[in-house]
Amino acid sequence: MIPTAFDYVAPTSLEDALSALAEAGDDAKVLGGGQSLLPVLRLRLNAPEKIVDLSRIDSLRGISDDGDTIVIGAMTTHDEVARSELVREHAAVLAEAASTVADPQIRHRGTLGGALVHADPAGDLGAPVLALDAELVVVGAGGERRIPAGEFFQDLFETAVGEGELLTAIRIPKHTGWGGAYEKFVRVSHQWSIVAVAAVTRDGEAKVALTNMGSTPLRASAVESAIADGASVKDAAAKAAEGTNPPSDLNGDSDYRAHLATVLTRRALARAMGG
Amino acid sequence: MTVSPDAVEDLIEERKDVDTSDNEREIGKARTRKEDERLITGRTKWTDNIQLPGMVHLVMVRSPFAHATITNIDTSEAKTAPGVYAVLTGQDVADQQGSLPTAWPITPDQKAPPHPAIAVDRVAFSGEVVAVVAARTLAEARDAAELVDVDYDELPAALDLKEAADDTVLAHPDLGTNKSAFWQFDSATAETGGSVDEAIEAARADGIVIEREYRQQRLIPAFMEPRSTVVDPTGEQFVMWSATQVPHILRLMLSLTLGVPESKVRVIAPDVGGGFGGKLQVTPEEIITFLVARHLRKPAKWTETRSESLMAAHHGRDQWQRLTLAADKDGKVTALKVDLLADMGAYLGLVTPGVPILGAFMFNAIYKFPAYQFNCTNIFTNKTWTDAYRGAGRPEATYAIERLMDELAVEVGVDPLEIREMNWIKHEEFPFTSVCGLEYDSGNYEAATERAKELFDYDALRAEQKQRRESGDPVQLGLGVSTFTEMCGLAPSRVLGSLSYGAGGWEHASIRMLPTGKVEVVTGSSAHGQGHETAWSQIVADRLGVAFEDVEVLHGDTQISHKGLDTYGSRSLVVGGEAVIQAANKVIEKARPIAAHLLEASADDLEFQAGRFTVKGTDQGMALGEIALATFAAHNLPDGVEPSLDSDATFDPVNFSFPHGTHLCAVEVDTETGMTKVRSYVSVDDIGNIVNPLIVEGQIHGGIVQGIAQALWEEAVYDDQGTLVSGSFVDYTLPTSADTISFVTDNTVSPSTTNSLGAKGVGEAGCIASTPAVVNAVVDAVRHLGINDIRMPCTPERVWKAIQSAGYHSGETTAEAQEHFVEGEANQDQVGNDPSAAVTGEQS
Repeated sequence: MIPTAFDYVAPTSLEDALSALAEAGDDAKVLGGGQSLLPVLRLRLNAPEKIVDLSRIDSLRGISDDGDTIVIGAMTTHDEVARSELVREHAAVLAEAASTVADPQIRHRGTLGGALVHADPAGDLGAPVLALDAELVVVGAGGERRIPAGEFFQDLFETAVGEGELLTAIRIPKHTGWGGAYEKFVRVSHQWSIVAVAAVTRDGEAKVALTNMGSTPLRASAVESAIADGASVKDAAAKAAEGTNPPSDLNGDSDYRAHLATVLTRRALARAMGG
Repeated sequence: MTVSPDAVEDLIEERKDVDTSDNEREIGKARTRKEDERLITGRTKWTDNIQLPGMVHLVMVRSPFAHATITNIDTSEAKTAPGVYAVLTGQDVADQQGSLPTAWPITPDQKAPPHPAIAVDRVAFSGEVVAVVAARTLAEARDAAELVDVDYDELPAALDLKEAADDTVLAHPDLGTNKSAFWQFDSATAETGGSVDEAIEAARADGIVIEREYRQQRLIPAFMEPRSTVVDPTGEQFVMWSATQVPHILRLMLSLTLGVPESKVRVIAPDVGGGFGGKLQVTPEEIITFLVARHLRKPAKWTETRSESLMAAHHGRDQWQRLTLAADKDGKVTALKVDLLADMGAYLGLVTPGVPILGAFMFNAIYKFPAYQFNCTNIFTNKTWTDAYRGAGRPEATYAIERLMDELAVEVGVDPLEIREMNWIKHEEFPFTSVCGLEYDSGNYEAATERAKELFDYDALRAEQKQRRESGDPVQLGLGVSTFTEMCGLAPSRVLGSLSYGAGGWEHASIRMLPTGKVEVVTGSSAHGQGHETAWSQIVADRLGVAFEDVEVLHGDTQISHKGLDTYGSRSLVVGGEAVIQAANKVIEKARPIAAHLLEASADDLEFQAGRFTVKGTDQGMALGEIALATFAAHNLPDGVEPSLDSDATFDPVNFSFPHGTHLCAVEVDTETGMTKVRSYVSVDDIGNIVNPLIVEGQIHGGIVQGIAQALWEEAVYDDQGTLVSGSFVDYTLPTSADTISFVTDNTVSPSTTNSLGAKGVGEAGCIASTPAVVNAVVDAVRHLGINDIRMPCTPERVWKAIQSAGYHSGETTAEAQEHFVEGEANQDQVGNDPSAAVTGEQS
């Protein structure tokens, strides 16, 4: 319906956006693609005094090749990520995950950076970014910080982005030649993930991350070690739920999610390994 | 320009050469719908598009509690907020608002609480309106609504249907009980069959008795266009626009509820975006919008948000069904006993108590049962009230019997289609009087089933199923059958009267022949997505021999369509379409003497064909359009004949129509995750003669998806505080096209004998048939593991837990799996109904 009244600014440069944020302090909310923020505002679950819209800052959009790394601007849409040749070649699991987000309308509006900062544990972008050992570039008054994905997600809807800071880009080390698979489990196609698993593999090595198995995306370290130690995919995948704390809701209780994690991990590993 | 008599004669002359020979074949054409362009592009009037000068916008303040006393409402801050014209509470309108109507008291001693539009001193469900804010803009109304300060004292809430039936917590303490009514049909008492108790006793001694309990979960109609109402109090009449299925009923009920003369109320249903029964209602919000407009003497508009719609528009289904089926050793059914608990929710809506009764006559379905008993207890709980939802009573009945027939087939050890054939009414036995005393008009279950089997490749799928079981494939295949029938064409007025319904079941139509040869058809049946404009145009073009494009169908405005009983229960074509035919016949009969006069022939010598009267044995003739113009001019009419071809007809059917069909569904169940995927789906429906095959296909496709959604996806869930947990589309998982497959649909044709079109009705068929077909398939996929039921919706979690309870480990072969089964470890009964296995069910 109708949000509470707020001030709205749409700066055209990062500097202006940062100063707009600095001015408003914690009364401001940053608008990326708006696919999570607008429903929150319309349901009046949040009533910020100022909205800083990043959509007119061209430098935040686009995907580029930076040697060993792909750099994705925070305002790049899910659809752009999913279709990018660069991402498909060097970070296939991210392209696949982006192609599963919600529905086509949302994929054309929602942004990678927005989804990561929103940090919904059922969101699909955290796990692949985590599995790919990405770095998240955050800019604030004090300059630029690069935060490893493993330190970025702190809790339910909480990230390492500080007050007055903006996520500007996601730097993904190229995983050229690695296999990748995102196994997503939903009852209806447009749903948030009940559980999903991102796997990136090459000979004797696997990086695995889980969606919606706790308050943040999680690395399935036990699975990764087992693979490194030569365990079979089936035996390694059986460890997928170790150290997780999955939620219970209408789609399934935590035991069911723990079970799903093992099945989906097995399938993701097998597919990433070309099996 | 001036119109001289000569000009009229010239126009008549011009019309003589129009070729109308093709128009007579309109019925049966797969025409695309003429209304679709405006509906799809939105270039039309929806209620929320209507803007009137000085109009105020309304926002409802709703209770967050399921059951509470209202101890105080402070509106002072809201009243002084910017743009606010009024804030009204239940106390403010207590002496004006009356009690919302129920048109169907099923028993003389039925209990019901008063049903205020705005709660006065107590709320009985979460979402009930406690105040309304009227402001200059919607944003101002929304802001001010937050300032209304309501104090509540929470009361214990009756939430779980079975617990509520025990009266431990009362939904309405003043009633002294949660039981609204008890209604019974017994074939021995009605002398339409034998005694169920005797037959069950006999079967226990020497035969088969199957006892099951099935849950019809609560569903939300979730129509596409949210509800919206505009009331204009200026002028001589109150004009209400509303996104409703029932403008005529609404007008009458507004008048009765508020004491406003019916003649002072005009109701308009402009284009309406779907209903599924969810807009077969007289709503609190319509009453409130009316009261506010009258109070302020300004037009007022209310449009709900999606959250409001899910929470406060009426819900559907919500029953527990306890069933006892008795059969002889060969599988011939001897009796069926049904004990229902039906959840009314907090109040009785327009037809709430009658919904289970609409199912009462359908549990015997297409079968010849010698004895039948139906007992239903309607129960109040502190949840959103239930009412009609696509199928209304008949999907529940069909689900129960079609599930039971599968259980019986297993018990006897025959194929599910074989057990059905053993029990169904044979083609040559029609018309057939059922154990409920209803006369089934026509049908051919053999033909529909044969065709469905052929299209489905039934035998090949059974072979694949066997192979998958034997190899222990993690993905198991299940086949589901549903051979359904339903009663459509609501309804013969006398039957409705005998069931204590408050109105008749006739339908009205008018035809106006315009001087230019165009035709206006006025129908009392109020379309909200069904395609009446196209279908009615085809009928009239066919009957009168005019061009399809020359027919304009008018509906949904009580000032234009002054008489009607609206659209629900697959009645429009069967009842309303027949009224159109009869009105068209009257036009022809009125035109005949005029044609005879102009052709200087005897009326008896005229034939009417393809839009022309011709003098038998000659090439002399006149087109209907010529006669229309000549009648308009009225220069040369026979003595004593009125200058009008316009006609009215009101049709009251003598019987229901009974469409039927065979639906076959194949599902793949992933035993590792519990996920069910519909692999193929075949429907062969017999809905009698078809006016427009494209519209029929659309109805069937949509209906099938809606029924699959009950089987697999949808459930309205309340928490133990009585808050709707599935209160948005994040949690109320409606399917989209991405979740469905391509269906194979076909028809057999057994024309109805209750109307001259031979039509039977198709609006609910898909939805009634598909739910049991899918659940039968899911259960069939895991039956060999010792599972005989999974509660709807068959979520992956429920299916997986059922498999776990059966002790099955993915990858085992059938032989290995059956070891668990034989050991008796498997949870044979009611896996899905075991609270420990159904974690996400109602925990209230």
